[in-house]
This record gives sequence, C-alpha cells and structure tokens, in this order.
Amino acid sequence: MTGLGRIGRLIFIGVPFLWLAVFFLLPFLIVVKISLAESTIGIPPYTPLVAHQVSGLELHATLANFGLIAKDDLYLRAYLGSLGNAALATALCLLIGYPIAYAIARSQGSVRQILLFLIILPFWTSFLIRVYAWMAILEPQGLLNQFLIALGLISTPLPLLNNQFSVELGLVYSYLPFMILPLYGSLSRLDPNLVEAAGDLGARPSQTFLGVVLPLTMPGIAAGSLLVLIPAIGEFVIPELLGGPDTLMIGKVLWDEFFNNRDWPVAAAVAVVLVALLAVPLLAAQRFLERERAA
Amino acid sequence: MALLEITGLSKGFGSTTAVEEVSLSIERGAFFALLGPSGCGKTTLLRLIAGFETPDTGRIVIDGIDVTKLPPYLRPVNMMFQSYALFPHLDVAGNIAFGLRQERMDRRRIAVRVEEMLALVQMEGYARRRPHELSGGQRQRVALARALAKMPRLLLLDEPLAALDRRLRAETRVELIGIQERVGITFMVVTHDQEEALSMAAQVAVMNRGRLIQTGAPSEIYERPATRFVANFVGEVNLFDGRLIAGVASPALAVEGFDKPIPLPAHTHLLEGTTATLAVRPEKLLLSRAPAAEFALAATVSSIGYFGGGSIVHLATGEGRALKAYLSGVAAGSLRRGAPVWVSWPPEEGVVLTQ
Repeated sequence: MTGLGRIGRLIFIGVPFLWLAVFFLLPFLIVVKISLAESTIGIPPYTPLVAHQVSGLELHATLANFGLIAKDDLYLRAYLGSLGNAALATALCLLIGYPIAYAIARSQGSVRQILLFLIILPFWTSFLIRVYAWMAILEPQGLLNQFLIALGLISTPLPLLNNQFSVELGLVYSYLPFMILPLYGSLSRLDPNLVEAAGDLGARPSQTFLGVVLPLTMPGIAAGSLLVLIPAIGEFVIPELLGGPDTLMIGKVLWDEFFNNRDWPVAAAVAVVLVALLAVPLLAAQRFLERERAA
Repeated sequence: MALLEITGLSKGFGSTTAVEEVSLSIERGAFFALLGPSGCGKTTLLRLIAGFETPDTGRIVIDGIDVTKLPPYLRPVNMMFQSYALFPHLDVAGNIAFGLRQERMDRRRIAVRVEEMLALVQMEGYARRRPHELSGGQRQRVALARALAKMPRLLLLDEPLAALDRRLRAETRVELIGIQERVGITFMVVTHDQEEALSMAAQVAVMNRGRLIQTGAPSEIYERPATRFVANFVGEVNLFDGRLIAGVASPALAVEGFDKPIPLPAHTHLLEGTTATLAVRPEKLLLSRAPAAEFALAATVSSIGYFGGGSIVHLATGEGRALKAYLSGVAAGSLRRGAPVWVSWPPEEGVVLTQ
C-alpha cells in the first residue's frame, strides 16, 4: 500500500463504497421514501414526502402502509410461504448439490472443466425461457405426462403444474448452480491429506465425512445456502409461472400491489420489510464466515 | 516372526511403475528407514502399507494378518504425514483424540491418553491451541502424538523432519529415537536424506526407480554398498571404472588412462575382463609427500574446505581425475592449494561393484 499514497488509497476504498451508495443505498432510500407516502391517482402515484406550502416546507410521512402489512394476515402468510418454500428449496439444493460438487472436486483435470462448464451452461439461456420450458414439460398435455402415458404407467395426466410441487421444482432447478459453485470451491480447497489422515486414524468414510469434510466445508455450505435462500425468498417469476392459486409468495404479492393495484406505497413497504427480514440471515452468515476466516 | 512382511509388491500409475517387485521384512520394535531419491517410489510404498493405494501384485502382512485388501481404517498402522495433515477445525487435544474417538474409547480414558501423548512430545499446556497457532516444530510434535495415540503396531513417518529448519531437525532426530525407544512401537521412516537415515535407523533400505536395492545396518550400507547407485547416493565416494585383471599375485583393476592397474581387495573373485567399479570412501584416502604404498597416485591439491572437526580436500590426479579426501582434525593444515601430494589407500578398503 505504500506505493499507492493517500489519494490512491481513498480511491481504492472509495470506489466500491460509491458503487454501493449509488446503486444500492440510493434506490433503497427512494423505496423507503415511497413506503412512507400515501397512494394517490396521478404520476407518480404517491404523495410527495416534502410538500411546498405557504408556511414553508411540510413533511408528509405515514406508517399506515406498514400498519396495513401488519394487520392483513395475507402479507404474513405470504412472507411465511416464501420463507418455507425458499428454505425447502435451499435444503433440497444442498442435498442434491453436495454430492455433485463433491464429484466435480474429485474429478481430474479436463473432466472437471467439462463438468463445471455444464453447471454454468444453463446461464447461457434466459432464465425466463427455461421456466417456460418447464411449463411445457409439466403441463397436463406436456412432455412428461405424454411420456408416462405412452409408457402405460398412468392413464390420466398427473397434475404436475401450477401447484406447490412445480414451484419447488422450479426453485431447486433454477438455484442449484448457486449452491454447487461455492460448495465446489470449498471442497476443491480441502486438503486430500486430511481425508486420508482421518481414514488412517480409523475413521470410516461416513465418520470422515461427518468429522472432517462437513465441518471444513461449512463456509461453502453457508455461502451456497445464502445464495439460494435470499433470491428464492424474493422470487417472483417462478411462483407466477409455475405456481397455482394456493401458491402464496411475497414476490408475487409485491408484483400484484405494484402493477395490478398500482399501490406503490404498500408495494414499497412490502419491499422494505422483505429487505429487513433478509438482512437477518445475511448478517448471521456474514459473521459466521468471518469467524471461519479468522480461524 | 517379522512384524511387517512384504512380498512381491508392485504398483504402477498408468504407464509408470512406482513400486516394482519389492519384498521386505521388518522386525518388531525396529527403527527402519527407507532411503531413496525423490520419485524413487518410497512414498508410494509407504502409502501401500498405510492402505491409501492398492497394489497391482504382492502381499502385505502385518503381525501375521494379511492386510493387502483392507481399507486404511482397519489396518493396525498409523501414519505421520509429511504435511502433518492436522485437522484445522480441531484443537491440539481434538487432533490427538480423533483416532481414539473413532474406536469409541471412554471419554475419561481419552483425556488421560491425550495428556500422556502431550507429555511424550513435551507439548503440555498446548491442548487448547489450534494448529494455525503453532510453530512448525510444534505442529510436527502434535502430528507425532496424534499418530502414536492409538498405539499402532507400526508407525509410518513420511519425511518427518523435512519441513523443519536445520537446527531443529538435528534435535528432533535425537528425540524421535528417544520416543521410539520409550513407546517400543516399530517405526518406518521414509527419507531422501542419507544422513537422517543412517543416524536414526537400525536398519536401512535403499530404493531406486521403484526397486529395493540394498537392505542392511547403516554401517553395512555405507561400508559395503551393493551397487554403484548406493555407493554414490549414500555419502561421498571416489569411483574408478575399469576391467578386472585377475593377476597372478592379486586382483587389480585396469583403468583407462592409468599407467598401473589399481590393486583390489584380495577376496575379489571375478572373472578376468569383467567390467567393474572400484569405490573408495574419501576418509579412506591417505595423503603423503612421498609414495606411501606400492600403488599411489600423484596429485595436486585443487581446494581445501574446512568444516570444523575436519576438512574435505579436492584433488586432481596426474591422469586428470578429481578425487575427494577427508582429513580429520587439523591434518589438512599443512596442505596448500597447488601442493603436490601422493594419494594411496589400503586395497582392502576399496569396494568392487559390478552393477
């Protein structure tokens, strides 16, 4: 750092801060501002926070939108529904992703490159199109039902689309790579000598996994779980396209408030509460990862 | 019955053979060293014994039980890894207790054993430290304690001193011998350092290119090397290549460029004309101002290196050959660079090698 000088250091630290301030903090403050306003008919469809009056500047702020969220149990159920769906998806991603990441980490040179490439490959196609593809696969006249009927396994189509199952499937499918990649990172950094040492000291493969591999890949598990859980809670496209009438997720509620009801202040309040809720697991995981790094 | 009995063990990786037809037996309670240059297959042999690799052919019997097909966790063998492989998420006590926990030993007995092991390696008071809080030497001790905690029949040590600095290495070498004597466990050390192997072990096996070349006591390996490779790898040596003359009086070696044949030990029984190499250790060479024996080489001193307790003298013979001689004490003090000397040695001190 000595060669950088004072100004260089300021730029070095300042740029990321500036980036976060302009592209995250500022938009978020605008959302907070809208959440404190009242809905009106007009453009924009909410009252200004600071109004010019004859007597001077007047502050118009209300917590009514947050009150509505607290009172109407639709929002609570939607938050819990999102949390439940996202938590289940995270658990499933972990269960499916860990063996895959393990296999990739243990494979050799070129095979490893190909496997990693295959994990990243879906990102080359639009997320939306991939979700639409699942609709084509799951619908009553879709590929999967036709295939099963052709095999003679079933006689009437199974209800695979627009229910809890299809939402969960969509979530797991979409977010699996975000689980696999950090797990792979953790597992490939694991010293193979440690696994051998455990075996040498009498640990069976299952004991080695629980006693050595799992604790040493905790940072990867935490990072992967966070990368799945956080976006899955706020997910809107998957419940909208794959969900049914019983699917209640907060992302969809937010969308409806915003575009169908044109109630920007309530939508903004829903978003602010969501950010506040997501900050809890995020901060907890951050602290955990920092402690791991210090050790 | 030997503790470890290896017969016809081979292991290849792809097209390369790492271990080839190795047969070896180690006595109970022995301190055994496997010596060889890097890539000679000694670590692979160690990993075969530990069970991390499966042999292509051959058998490994430990304490009368064929373990060739057993996984590592069922073998009565523990290994101390070159990198120590301490578990970073466990403290020192946790590392030492790891193996004991696997056999579901009683908590209180584990605690007692951990204390014993810490005392054995003089690491009392470090039980709660994590590996990253320890120095290299301390980590080495913890690794040793962890490997000894289960009281294995055989302890494998992969380059146990390689990661230590020179001073610590000499100290630890002595400590390892002491610990081995106290616990009475059979030690098998893999090393590329001949000094380490000769000074620690009671038995040394020299390996090269996957094959076991010679096994014996350190003095045997040094004084009576079986091949040119062993003579060269273990210690310094002066080598003369030539053809055997089974003369009337005594056998000798005709070396190209030398006027007179070099006399060989009297017990050399080889056919006339056999190509052979004469190996003479530097400390066997005698330097004098006048020819001291019937056969002596005229040489000049090209350099003198004093190392404390003795000197190494580099010589150039009249035939244009470089020789090394060790002189103990201050014997080299009277020599000057460029001084003419006569080099000779008792013929019985030479070793005749045919491979």
